[in-house]
Amino acid sequence: MVDAAQDRPGYNLVFIDDHKINIRPAVKGDLPPVVDLDERTTGLRKPDYWDDLFVRYGNRKDSRFFLIAEEGDTLLGCIFGEVREWEFNSVPCGWVGTVSVEPDLRMGGVGTILYREICKCFRHAGVQKVRTMIPRDATDLMSFFRAQGMMAGPFIQLETDMEEEG
Amino acid sequence: MMSLQKATLFALYAVLELAEDTQRQLSASEIAERYNISTNHLAKVLRDLGRAGLVESVRGAGGGYRFCGNAKRTTLLDVVELFEEVGAGPSNGIVQETNAGVALGQVMDEIEAITYATLQSISVETMLKLMRKRRPERKLPTGLFRAV
Repeated sequence: MVDAAQDRPGYNLVFIDDHKINIRPAVKGDLPPVVDLDERTTGLRKPDYWDDLFVRYGNRKDSRFFLIAEEGDTLLGCIFGEVREWEFNSVPCGWVGTVSVEPDLRMGGVGTILYREICKCFRHAGVQKVRTMIPRDATDLMSFFRAQGMMAGPFIQLETDMEEEG
Repeated sequence: MMSLQKATLFALYAVLELAEDTQRQLSASEIAERYNISTNHLAKVLRDLGRAGLVESVRGAGGGYRFCGNAKRTTLLDVVELFEEVGAGPSNGIVQETNAGVALGQVMDEIEAITYATLQSISVETMLKLMRKRRPERKLPTGLFRAV
């Protein structure tokens, strides 16, 4: 286990009630419990996706962040995000890809400490704004990000089914 | 622009005002005076909020109403839907049998869906955080929604 008591963004030791929660960057060995957590929360098992994400996010430690929260050896949650520059003609900003917390522990503060820590990483990377994109029917997730102070931004996501050529 | 009925707006004022301090009791007239709204109308709204379990009346000297809901779990939609329907289907007045009507209906449905998701995702507690951010100005939140 990596010692969280390092004074760097991405590492933290947080107490919630009697729980001593360690925040640190994910390592390869975290992937099996992360895959299990994702399966419990989404109902889908996606080991290849998480493996690929870990490889991609492990390559650019200055702008991509994949953090986990643990108590002892037990994974409580994870978050990942990255700094994207000039995408959609936007000034560089942090994007949170997803945050996932053990279902029994939701609304207990674990997601919030993960979010705050990745924001520290973003600020350290030089950006002042953080964004995410959420399915409209993912009410709990949207409520979580709203509770962190997020509001609708200046972008609207548009999509269509492509018509057959011909 | 979304328009809220007066009763809905009054209910949101009352819930947010009372939830700011759950120990504090305020009478209908105190809240009405603060927001410059009808005390009688607000009193009726408070009774509806009481039946919904969001506020309770406290009798006796210094009595009034206080918030008794769960600020983390109660959303703006929970309050709004006590008084009016949100996302209740095709917009009134649109003739669905025409191509223009169908196309307009799609656009209005999109707006309704966003409104619904927004109200559903914002809890009373999140609103209190927003209000605290604005506290130095101590503005009354009359610009938040337009009452009709």
